[in-house]
Amino acid sequence: MNKWQDNKAWFMVIPVFLVVAVSAIIPLMTVVNYSLQDIFGPDQRVFVGLEWYKDALTDSRLHDALSRQLLFSSLVLLIEIPLGILIAMMMPKKGWSASLSLVLVALPLLIPWNVIGTIWIIFMRPDIGLLGAAINGMGIPFDHTAAPVSAWVTVMMMEVWHWTPLVVLLAYAGLQAIPEAYFQAARIDGASAWATFRYIQLPKMRGVLTIAILLRFMDSFLIYAEPFVLTGGGPGNSTTFLSIYLVKQAVGQFDLGPAAAFSIIYFLIVLLFCWLFYQALLKVGTGDKS
Amino acid sequence: MAMVIENVTKMVGNACHINDISLQLEPGTFNILLGRTLSGKTTLMRLMAGLDKPTKGRILMNGQDLTGMSVRKRDVAMVYQQFINYPSMTVYKNIASPLRLARASEPDIDRRVREVAEMLHIEKLLDRLPAELSGGQQQRTAIARALVKDAELLLLDEPLVNLDYKLREELRTEMREIFKRRQSIVVYATTEPTEALALGGNTAVLFEGRLEQFGQTVDVYQHPQSTRIAQAFSDPAMNIVAGSVDADSLQLGDARQVPLQSHLSGLNPGNYLFGMRANHLQLERKIATDIGFNTRINLAEISGSETFVHVTHNEDHWTVQKQGIHNYKMEEQVQVYVDPARLYVFDLDGHLVASPEVIPTHLT
Repeated sequence: MNKWQDNKAWFMVIPVFLVVAVSAIIPLMTVVNYSLQDIFGPDQRVFVGLEWYKDALTDSRLHDALSRQLLFSSLVLLIEIPLGILIAMMMPKKGWSASLSLVLVALPLLIPWNVIGTIWIIFMRPDIGLLGAAINGMGIPFDHTAAPVSAWVTVMMMEVWHWTPLVVLLAYAGLQAIPEAYFQAARIDGASAWATFRYIQLPKMRGVLTIAILLRFMDSFLIYAEPFVLTGGGPGNSTTFLSIYLVKQAVGQFDLGPAAAFSIIYFLIVLLFCWLFYQALLKVGTGDKS
Repeated sequence: MAMVIENVTKMVGNACHINDISLQLEPGTFNILLGRTLSGKTTLMRLMAGLDKPTKGRILMNGQDLTGMSVRKRDVAMVYQQFINYPSMTVYKNIASPLRLARASEPDIDRRVREVAEMLHIEKLLDRLPAELSGGQQQRTAIARALVKDAELLLLDEPLVNLDYKLREELRTEMREIFKRRQSIVVYATTEPTEALALGGNTAVLFEGRLEQFGQTVDVYQHPQSTRIAQAFSDPAMNIVAGSVDADSLQLGDARQVPLQSHLSGLNPGNYLFGMRANHLQLERKIATDIGFNTRINLAEISGSETFVHVTHNEDHWTVQKQGIHNYKMEEQVQVYVDPARLYVFDLDGHLVASPEVIPTHLT
């Protein structure tokens, strides 16, 4: 019996196939199915073709949510990645202080998202919040329930506080993996601290930073909990990011068809950006041939 | 003018990594630091480079005290066991980097980079990134980067360990040629006696942070001052057997007495330790004066085109190095022979008393 005739192999694949089918393929296909129909009730459905997709693509509120989302994710990456690298580089390399700082840095990652929301709402309250009251005390009006800028600043701080530690951990692992000899070689060459960072640490962290950027981009692009807990997308629509808008549509108005079409488009956008990032990051740092 | 290391000691916590070493290295010489792992080779190199400060003692270069001077201000180049190159720079830029940092002029940089690249046969790879090179090519780039600086002191810390056998031989031969023409002080750390012998120059044998012997490599090999040096500078380690000498005969282990001859004839009566190199032990008698021992085989291992037979004589474990591939049964009783003319003689404290006369054809 050669391997082409042995059908037993299929039994080995079945468990994985079932798990993937139940957890990914079937739900995805259900969504695709929804997105092509107008659903009035469990038994009342009308096939509408690509109608919902056309609607979604021309929906100006969705466009607004998308631009808001892109701005938000870009800011998140611009802040979290450099900040994460900076903190990782300042952390002690060995001994008890290294373990201690790792635990301290990782703490925000261990706190459930709704608790984080509550903590920050109280922290930022203009009347009794430690930071909110302090900012107002300095004469700068700050109220995340009324002013869009305040709401943005608050969501951004929550996000940065919550997730920069992940970047720190990844960057720290990347830094620890660089053999000591590289730093010796740089010292012997007389390289400055900046040159050491630019030509040794940064290129050596490329792999982990690629992961960090992809993870942070995807995660921030799907942000829901923070703005939901804070203002539910307000004030106005100022923190209505894509997920918030999607949930408003699907759950709030129970428009399953448009929401499904929207989900598919959302999914494709995330996929597209991740692919673009990945392609770009593959080339960064290897193109220094000029 | 030379590099002088004066009574240098390096303590790390309570552990003594370098114990009172004094050494003088001349420009244009090739110096090997030979010793096992943790014998202090790398620590000594770091002290020479100025990466670490000695706990005690001084390091002088051309009469000037360098002890406290930072590595950045010194004229040093170093090659490591790992292949260390700047990952995002091409081979050309990598080699040029020390010159750029030293602010050499562009035409000068270009000329020197190409010259060194040619010397190391990587002139066709100048546009590649380190990740696109094989291990051997990466190490060639690292060596080129160290050579291009033309530093007074060039340190090579086991540069060939991570390469495969063929590449190692090849690069070793080339390096010998390259360093011949330099005025730098070259220091090369290795754990392998064969490598030291192949490279020549001078050898400093280190043991547990102490300098045991320093001299011409061949000389150190032929006249190891102690059993420790003999065992370090011998692969497999030198076999030792206790024995005694009376007025005109020699008794080794259980072997029958033989008359004193050649370099042994001047020995005073008494007890000694005798050293036998693995390649001088034979499994058959070659000449009538050979001394024979009763031994039992523990293990025979084949390595390349040689067979190492591990045997036990009384309580001593010896290794017999035999050309060709042979099979032996474990626990088999065999006779092992040695020509008394090849015996090294040490006193009971391990200091060399007599070494065999040099027979050039057997020098390996």
